[in-house]
Amino acid sequence: MKLNVNGRDHDVDAEPDTPLLYVLRDHLELNGAKFGCGLGQCGACTVMVDDEAVFSCLAPILLLDGRRVTTVEGLGSADNPNPLQKAFIDEQAAQCGYCIAGMIMRAQALLKRNPSPSREEIRAALQPNLCRCGTHMRILRAVERAAGRRTAEVTGGAR
Amino acid sequence: MSAHLTRRSVLAGTGALVVSFPSVGRLLAQAPQGGASNLPGSLEKYPFLDSWVRIDADGGVTVFTGKAELGQGIKTALLQVAAEELDVPFAAVKLVTADTARTANEGFTAGSHSMQDSGVAIMHAAAQARAILIAEAARRLGVAADQIKTEAGVARAPDGRTLRYGELVSDQFLHVEAQPQSPLKDPKSFTIVGRPQQRIDIPAKVSGGEAYVQDLRLPGMVHARMVRPPSYGATLVSVDTAETEKMPGVVKVVRDGNFLAVVARREYQAIKAMRKLSAAAHWQEQARLPNQADVAQTILGLPARDVPNLDRRQPNVAAAKKLEATYTRPYQMHASIGPSCAVARRDGDQITVWTHTQGVFPDRDAIAGMLRVPKENVRCIHVEGSGCYGHNGADDAAGDAAVIAQAMPGTPVRVQWMREQEHAWEPYGPAMVSKVSAALDQAGTIVDWNYELWSNTHSMRPGGPGALLAAQSLAQPFPPPEPKPLPLPEGGGDRNAIPIYRLPSARVLYHFIPDMPLRISALRALGAYLNIFSIESFMDELAAAAGADPVEFRLRHLDDARAREVVSTAAERFGWSSFRRGAGRGRGFAFARYKNLAAYCALAAEVEVAPETGRARLVRAVAAVDSGQAVNPNGIANQTEGAILQSASWTLYESVTFDDTRITSVDWSTYPILRFDAVPDSIEVHVIDRPGQPFLGSGEAGQGPAAAAVANAVADATGHRFRDLPLTRRRIKQALGV
Repeated sequence: MKLNVNGRDHDVDAEPDTPLLYVLRDHLELNGAKFGCGLGQCGACTVMVDDEAVFSCLAPILLLDGRRVTTVEGLGSADNPNPLQKAFIDEQAAQCGYCIAGMIMRAQALLKRNPSPSREEIRAALQPNLCRCGTHMRILRAVERAAGRRTAEVTGGAR
Repeated sequence: MSAHLTRRSVLAGTGALVVSFPSVGRLLAQAPQGGASNLPGSLEKYPFLDSWVRIDADGGVTVFTGKAELGQGIKTALLQVAAEELDVPFAAVKLVTADTARTANEGFTAGSHSMQDSGVAIMHAAAQARAILIAEAARRLGVAADQIKTEAGVARAPDGRTLRYGELVSDQFLHVEAQPQSPLKDPKSFTIVGRPQQRIDIPAKVSGGEAYVQDLRLPGMVHARMVRPPSYGATLVSVDTAETEKMPGVVKVVRDGNFLAVVARREYQAIKAMRKLSAAAHWQEQARLPNQADVAQTILGLPARDVPNLDRRQPNVAAAKKLEATYTRPYQMHASIGPSCAVARRDGDQITVWTHTQGVFPDRDAIAGMLRVPKENVRCIHVEGSGCYGHNGADDAAGDAAVIAQAMPGTPVRVQWMREQEHAWEPYGPAMVSKVSAALDQAGTIVDWNYELWSNTHSMRPGGPGALLAAQSLAQPFPPPEPKPLPLPEGGGDRNAIPIYRLPSARVLYHFIPDMPLRISALRALGAYLNIFSIESFMDELAAAAGADPVEFRLRHLDDARAREVVSTAAERFGWSSFRRGAGRGRGFAFARYKNLAAYCALAAEVEVAPETGRARLVRAVAAVDSGQAVNPNGIANQTEGAILQSASWTLYESVTFDDTRITSVDWSTYPILRFDAVPDSIEVHVIDRPGQPFLGSGEAGQGPAAAAVANAVADATGHRFRDLPLTRRRIKQALGV
């Protein structure tokens, strides 16, 4: 199987029914997409296929021929984060962080089609993704910051 | 990441200095040293400074903690404390967390204890290390110690001569016992502690770095999946493994009694093999679960052992009004987003387990016991997992990995639980019942208080092997440990059962229930969740009976000045006195001091209730928190926001479901939790800093108050009091009769 991930073509030796998640994690050794439920209920595995957010745990690789897969690694790095990743750092929008890469990918897909979403539009877009630590308020603020809706300096602490 | 860090690599290249542990020759050298007493925090058990702080000849500073990062931000807060007291830049300090071969045994990372235990030990060890550095600099520079100033890892004499810390250290330099008194810095001079610090772990987490045990990839690693029984107590009658063993990539099927697992080269091969193996397994099940619709009656009907918490009843109380109420909570889940995972490798007679356990030492002891090998043959290394919020499946997955690795010498084995396994097998927060009655006098003051609660223990954590699912399922099984109530003042089921309010006549009685129909253990806040929900709901009911404002009524019964300040702050910032109730809206207030000895947290909440659907939503919350000296105020705010949202989710939606045999809440559709459509419009957390005061621990302080504030707000919005958790749409709709 051929797979285009983060702008690079990969030859993947996996059975065609293998969900994308396992190819990303196990074959390509990418950490961003997380196993959460394998059922499309939590969004921890969210990546972009072309410009759409998809549950990589449900997408068999046989459907991905000729498509572009983007994971959180494809957006930027810890040292050189993209604006959305940087917004998550600025807002300290993580506790355990396990859901965060999936949140970022779903938000990135939203910002692609709607560069200046309202809070309601952000909520609606992120509805498929679960966070158990209760970081939701910070996640909403991070997406708003990336969309240029929040520019105030983050001081943290009491607010 | 951790997998590549060996003791040797850490100790290598340090030139002049090898001081990380009391004895460097042995892997398990950091056993508790006797002789010390009255030392602060975990220094009491590990008095040598070099158990906590190490300074290399190149000036590198490494801090050691036996606590684990669980997503609560403890790494960052501990580094802040160390950097502050050592006078080194924050970024210059490295941290080693819980590892049975390298760190102190600080038990479990639980109970909001990390700052009191490890934070205090590191603070004092760092301050004493700085004093030793100053003394050495003074000696070498020929000036008095009080003439030496330290800054950014440098000691400076008045004439401008300097010595870097790395130049001052020598072999065994910090291998000295701590003194009872430490030259702590004046909090007024703090430049790192008390200021918001960006967490060190977040950049990797937003960019796909190796951040979790799930991300460990050891050379030659194989993937294992468990085939768990379909229900508690089921026994494996037969399983034909032949078809599974023929599948692509399958390396091994491991069966030992009721323990059944399959190992494959690729992860998805392991999943397909697990499905095949699962279909081939025949189990004998037992219908032994209670009636879920009537859990409270089940709890009340089980044999109980009474644990008196408080009895200072006074005779002849002049009661003008008497009230009573019963409150209940169901079984609830940790429900981590990432199911539990562990990696284990056997090298000869040594087993190493990488695990997201909250307690590497107790887990190590349990695994060694299960494998019937000496403790010294097992090493547990903490690597982060998905947030756990207490005792979830982490230890069990570590046990599973150890059993499989034991059967595959030299091969690293990664065990990843599936979603339905985590939901069905994690130990839940126990169902509970409370009954409270109280009396008011003519002036509306509480003159009598009687509180009883019924609960299992709230900890079935490892220590003994029988706590591990794997150990319970082996052909030669280990029985689960005998449940015990956790003693006050921290308590378990009775955590926060004694109100902090001024109550001249009061009795609190814990009916401890040893029988555990469902598998249970520690869930964030333990019994404090129901006890604070009960007490703070009842305070509102009493306030209403007294014709008093709920905030004023609480202040009327509160003497502790810090308690009063969080209550007043939350009320003011919320705009309690000027609140205007919109249609379908209501406000609620609640307060508690967690465990009556940790952080103070007060919370005002606004909810909206849609009468046609019964749906209640938390709209706005304003909290005030006093955790003593705040180390990372942003971290405290983050934890408190999280506690509020998680507790709101428990309170509005969550209960474990089951039929007479099986757990039936096995995914996110059968166990729904908070989603973005129900997230509040705003949450404000006001951190009241207390410079120089002891750290109080804040990770769980919001759980109880959030539950009660939401319930009080729903009562305010609807005119109906809801005493059974959760406050589901169905219950609200039924009560409203629409």
